[in-house]
Amino acid sequence: MRGVPTRIVLVGLLLVALLLAGVVSFYASGSPDGLERVAEDHGFIDTADEHATAGSPLADYQASGIEDSRLSGGAAGVAGALVVLVLAGGLTFVLRRRKPSRG
Amino acid sequence: MHVPDGFLDVPTSVTTGVVAAAAVGVALRGARRELDDRTAPLAGLVATFVFAAQMINFPVGAGTSGHLMGGALAAVLVGPWTGILCLSVVLLVQALLFADGGITALGTNVVLIGVVGVVVATLVVRGLQAVLPKRVGLVAPLAALGALISVPVASLVFVGLYAVGGAAPVPLDDLTTAMLGWHTLIGLGEAVVTGMVVGSIVGVRPDLVHAARRVLGTRTVELRTPATEVPA
Repeated sequence: MRGVPTRIVLVGLLLVALLLAGVVSFYASGSPDGLERVAEDHGFIDTADEHATAGSPLADYQASGIEDSRLSGGAAGVAGALVVLVLAGGLTFVLRRRKPSRG
Repeated sequence: MHVPDGFLDVPTSVTTGVVAAAAVGVALRGARRELDDRTAPLAGLVATFVFAAQMINFPVGAGTSGHLMGGALAAVLVGPWTGILCLSVVLLVQALLFADGGITALGTNVVLIGVVGVVVATLVVRGLQAVLPKRVGLVAPLAALGALISVPVASLVFVGLYAVGGAAPVPLDDLTTAMLGWHTLIGLGEAVVTGMVVGSIVGVRPDLVHAARRVLGTRTVELRTPATEVPA
């Protein structure tokens, strides 16, 4: 097609995603998000149950077993991004319309 | 806006679970029309990007943060049905592996972050594309506008769910004001990120962007042939 090859667009998107999940995420704000803030201000934050998967090795975006929080968070982010890529990529690959086969 | 377990009662969570399952079921059919050999890999990467971008909480003032929801971004880039599937995969992975968003609240989160975000942005973008000039340059601003509107609308849907099945008695007008206020600010961030990402891809390969293909397809090719000079 015209312009930048599709492959370059895809690789660019992947690299940005890995950079965000693996590196930039360390610098993300740790403040409560909008819903948590509202729940705190209106006295219903305590109605949240402990998360059923709080014991997961990737719980709260920290890879268990890695001491350094920067590395731990980065590893968890990259692992999550790759899991999503495999699941979502696999799903869309299976669902796609195939090119009509020639011959 | 990932809802944890416990905020909403069981009947409400079951109901949103049924709605989410139905939406994913319809999306599985609809996505077949949107996905081909070229767009399927892009869809996988859009889901990956949304997961990564959701890790980046940005401050929106006074000890509060927000992050991209991604429904508008996915809908514009890969189409609404595929967008719902992308967001559902992200939310499933977050709930199961990252303890982000409750397990019983998964349906609620798919409805709020996936379905509402995608549907609102799609209605805004397609509605305006129908009346505005068919210009590729408008796709990113329209995506940003859809993103901006989708976040406070999702927060209003949460208020509606909370009114029906909230765990604690909270005055609804206060809850509405607070949710709308914070999520309008978060919506501004959603608009900036969505506009930048869509703009970047439209800039290099508009044919890869679902919402731009509609505009590209209708663009007419004008053939100007030099007027032949009539001999005097």
